[in-house]
Amino acid sequence: MRIESFDQFAAFQAEATVRDESRSRKILVCCGTGCLANGAKAVAEAFAHEIAERGLDTELKLGVTSTGCHGFCERGPLVVIQPEAILYTKVKPRRVPDIVEKTVIGGEVINGLLYKDPSSKQRIETYDEIPFYANQVRVAMRNIGRIDPTDLMDAVAHGAYAGLAKALSGMSPDEVLDEVEVSGQRGRGGAGFSTARKWRSCKAAAGDRRFVLCNGDEGDPGAFKDRSIMEGDPHSVLEGMAIGAYALGAHEGFIYVRDEYPLAVVNLQLAIAEARKAGLLGENIMGSGFDFDVKISRGGGAFVCGESSALMRSIAGKTGEPRAKYVHSTAKGLFDLPTVLNNVETWAGIGAIIANGGAWFASMGTEKSKGTKAFSLVGKVKNTGLIELPMGTSLRHIIYDIGGGILKDRPFKAVQTGGPSGGCVPEELLDLPVDYEKLTEAGSMMGSGGMIVMDDRTCMVDVARYFLAFLTEESCGKCVPCREGLKQMLAIYDALVEGRGREGDIEKIETLAACMQLGSLCELGKSAPNPVLSTLKYFRSEYQAHIEAKACPAGICRALTAFEITEDCDGCHACTKVCPTDAISGEKKKLHVIDHDACISCGACLDICPTESIRTLPKVELAQREVV
Amino acid sequence: MPTLTVNGRKVTVDADASLLEACRKAGADVPTLCNFDGLEPWGGCRMCVVDMSLASWDDDWFKMVTSCNHPVEEGMTVVTDSERVLATRRVVLDLLLARCPDTPLIQQLAREHGIEATSYERNPEPTDCILCGLCTRVCDHIGISAISSVGRGWGREIAPPFNEPPPDCVGCLACAEICPTGHITFTTSSLSRTIWGKDFEMLRDEKTGEAVITRAQAEHFAKRSGVPASYFEKSDRSKRRELAKTFEKLQVLK
Repeated sequence: MRIESFDQFAAFQAEATVRDESRSRKILVCCGTGCLANGAKAVAEAFAHEIAERGLDTELKLGVTSTGCHGFCERGPLVVIQPEAILYTKVKPRRVPDIVEKTVIGGEVINGLLYKDPSSKQRIETYDEIPFYANQVRVAMRNIGRIDPTDLMDAVAHGAYAGLAKALSGMSPDEVLDEVEVSGQRGRGGAGFSTARKWRSCKAAAGDRRFVLCNGDEGDPGAFKDRSIMEGDPHSVLEGMAIGAYALGAHEGFIYVRDEYPLAVVNLQLAIAEARKAGLLGENIMGSGFDFDVKISRGGGAFVCGESSALMRSIAGKTGEPRAKYVHSTAKGLFDLPTVLNNVETWAGIGAIIANGGAWFASMGTEKSKGTKAFSLVGKVKNTGLIELPMGTSLRHIIYDIGGGILKDRPFKAVQTGGPSGGCVPEELLDLPVDYEKLTEAGSMMGSGGMIVMDDRTCMVDVARYFLAFLTEESCGKCVPCREGLKQMLAIYDALVEGRGREGDIEKIETLAACMQLGSLCELGKSAPNPVLSTLKYFRSEYQAHIEAKACPAGICRALTAFEITEDCDGCHACTKVCPTDAISGEKKKLHVIDHDACISCGACLDICPTESIRTLPKVELAQREVV
Repeated sequence: MPTLTVNGRKVTVDADASLLEACRKAGADVPTLCNFDGLEPWGGCRMCVVDMSLASWDDDWFKMVTSCNHPVEEGMTVVTDSERVLATRRVVLDLLLARCPDTPLIQQLAREHGIEATSYERNPEPTDCILCGLCTRVCDHIGISAISSVGRGWGREIAPPFNEPPPDCVGCLACAEICPTGHITFTTSSLSRTIWGKDFEMLRDEKTGEAVITRAQAEHFAKRSGVPASYFEKSDRSKRRELAKTFEKLQVLK
């Protein structure tokens, strides 16, 4: 059916709601990328099979929905039983008949499948009581995990396209713009430029033809929020783009999505096809007279193509290289025409902003950073996954209350925010409220919302080196400071971690960093020194230790670190089994010894030791002992 | 026509002039490596950076920009030799010298900026290619696009497709002639020419016997211009002779 008027859309909404509510129970199986990798597809199929076998689909009007990512990837595959919102974690297909028998039919909760809170050791029954979820406020991710992303009706039942209908039926393009301005929303891709200002500047540009683009080229190591939005609720992105296009008077849109996100590409394609068929995209949307359509452009996986001008060149079929942006892309963007490019999360929030009003969005967050922000919480935390929180939430709250604290309760060392362009925030800034300004002041940035938590077993020189290596690979090579500077900086870091560091290396790094920040062509090069400078700012002594004492204080850099077993060893043999070079010897229940010549300093023994009786020491100390 | 202040000197330029043109008109010495007057500015070498302040900004607020591709504006203030501009240029040259330690042009420019030897790790495989992109841009500009940059980052290089003799190359030598360091090599004689591993037949002037251009280039010019290919087969000397004869005839008629 094609929706040809606002009344018809309202009728469609009502129909969708009735269908949704007619189901006595719903089984939501997370089929996000993380859960799929853990076998979620087999779980969903097992549910469908079990229900059909028992004839429950007609009897109880039971539905199984394969949803997008619930965010709690650490515990996947996840299954939620509605309406109670019982959350089962790590579900295997063989448990499915049991779940259907006991929980779905009998209403009984299976204790063993519930989430166990690591701090209280309590089993928690429902979704909303789990700290990981209870502390979240979801706007951009409002429907992810609740709906089947491949079912338009399911999305509409949960509010999709309500914002678009409101805009088209009762608001002028300028009123839409005003509403977005009231919301105070800023770009969720990292730079945090005001959405409304960007739109206004594009609207003011001369010309009749203009474009709205969606940046789905998320490529930061450890970031996956855009991926989950595109996979789990593609309609939210389409709706946002349609509203933006209406405000700007644009009729064409492109979504640039990495080809490494195959599920995102498929779900977006399906969503576009369904929305077109229903008259929610294409000509004369909802009979309003407004035309807008979206195409997908698949990126080849170059990190730099997430940079706006490189992205536009890539869509136009050219090499993905940035250009100088002294003339903004809002005036001269894709095909040299006025263009608005926003991040996936930015677009996903627009529908909710229009439906609920800008003031609602602005009521959340801090003075200059409004609303909520999605983060990919990864690294050494207990609960890794995807979260959305009001701006201004403290890092401590995110890491300890939502993330559940550090793995094995080790000491926290730093959190890396903003991907390779961001920086490391140390422990003394744990109470920092997370917003654009505060992170920048701390020498990091919001970036794409990646948060990599690091414990005391992390060498900050090594961390900076990791991001440098990533950027050296991903620099496009157009401008000298980025191409040659990164390469030379990496060479210095290679020397540092291998014990070849020299007096003056830090100063050399700083000189290069200054040249790159000032002289690089695009933001990739300009922000590339951030991980370097922030680690230098907060962990300078670690650098000095690498250079002067030829020691890695965290015991990570292999060339500088030796391992030895202390008196606490109870001879359990755990380390001898994991040692890849058989460097550990000792009789059972007796003190073990590491052969330093055979040891490759991989740290596997230290990680597995149950009695924490393996310690690291600088290799130079070993040499000194031999002399003595 | 906007008026700017460059290093304290007032200069008026066309509205569509670049900042680099304005600087040069004011007599400022702004070095460039990837800029060429007939081609679109590219902004890759970063040698032409200057400090710039718009009339509407605070007096002491300057932004560092590349002058080659920055538009001019009324009331702009430009400083081409501030400390950070010179420092940036020095690091850029230091880096280029590490990449191209044996390249005379880079050695000379580096020396002019006070660098005798690079502070960084010398390229174990020295090259003369500074990746200024002039060759690929001139090739694009004349409508051939036979070569392009391949790879990215440190692995970036200029190459024909699949590193094979480029099918679209017409052997015009524009790339080799524009190359500031002489990195692109070729051989040419009155009979044949080889560049990028591709061999070309030379067209020879019927009367003088001089080699003119490659057959492929003549065909490309004919296709682009609509002028018959035979026009390009004549050497300049032949053309002048013909012209002279025409003039002779004109005099006779008088």
